[in-house]
Amino acid sequence: MSEKLLPELSLDALKSGDRDEFARLVDAYSGPIYRMAMKMLGDGQDAEDVLQNTFLNAFKHIRSFEERSSLATWLYRIAVNEALMMIRKQRPETSLTDTNLEDDEGEDYSPVQFVDWCCLPEGELLSSEARNRLDQAIQRLPEKLRIVFILRDLEGLSIEETSQALNLGQTAVKTRLLRARLNLREQLSSYYGERLRDRSKAK
Amino acid sequence: MTKSVECKSLLESLSDYVDGTLSEELCEEIQRHIAECQNCQIVVDTLRKTVYLYHATASEPENVPPKVRDRLFRSLNLEDYLQH
Repeated sequence: MSEKLLPELSLDALKSGDRDEFARLVDAYSGPIYRMAMKMLGDGQDAEDVLQNTFLNAFKHIRSFEERSSLATWLYRIAVNEALMMIRKQRPETSLTDTNLEDDEGEDYSPVQFVDWCCLPEGELLSSEARNRLDQAIQRLPEKLRIVFILRDLEGLSIEETSQALNLGQTAVKTRLLRARLNLREQLSSYYGERLRDRSKAK
Repeated sequence: MTKSVECKSLLESLSDYVDGTLSEELCEEIQRHIAECQNCQIVVDTLRKTVYLYHATASEPENVPPKVRDRLFRSLNLEDYLQH
């Protein structure tokens, strides 16, 4: 999220319970928070619940916001926690170690597909079918990689902001970002590789 | 160093490389390696494209559907701001 495009909000007004200011905050940040929740959960109703709970919590706790991070990062942090709670609620059988943000060294992320699909035309790379594939690929990432990728590459948070929003060290953020990107590259290579074969057959 | 060891160590710096945040020295090392290793060249190119495609889709406007916005404002007791 580019904060430059967002209106100046008065933290003092927010902390003193100014409703005008809070309405402005909601309008400024509901788009990015909703999109983040959609990408994380892949379901409109769940994303809406996360959206509402995020602002309800922000409303409740704004007075204790200590400004150690930006307001945007603080909101993302609340939203991430809401989204992770929802995932755990829906899949109680998933052990905490699957969804929490621990490291899992030892997994092999070495590339296995070496198809060069970069030459596909932009119209094909970003067709509506391809966009669906891009979204599906995000859904297939393990949660702890997915959330890092969403915050850093889709919402445009810096490594430092992502680390603050997730309460996770910067090295771990970088490792997970790389794994997420490599995983997505493999998934996209399968899809675009097929498109490439279809094209050469058609010739 | 054998080729596969080089490929593996390149992998670790790949995010920084495609983000343009890697030191000049390491960039040169990667460029030297991918000039000779076709598979790594493809991994670098397609990884960069992967990140580019996601950035392209994410830079589009982020709109909350009107009904969702409506319910959000009501849930926060801010319904009097809905006309804005």
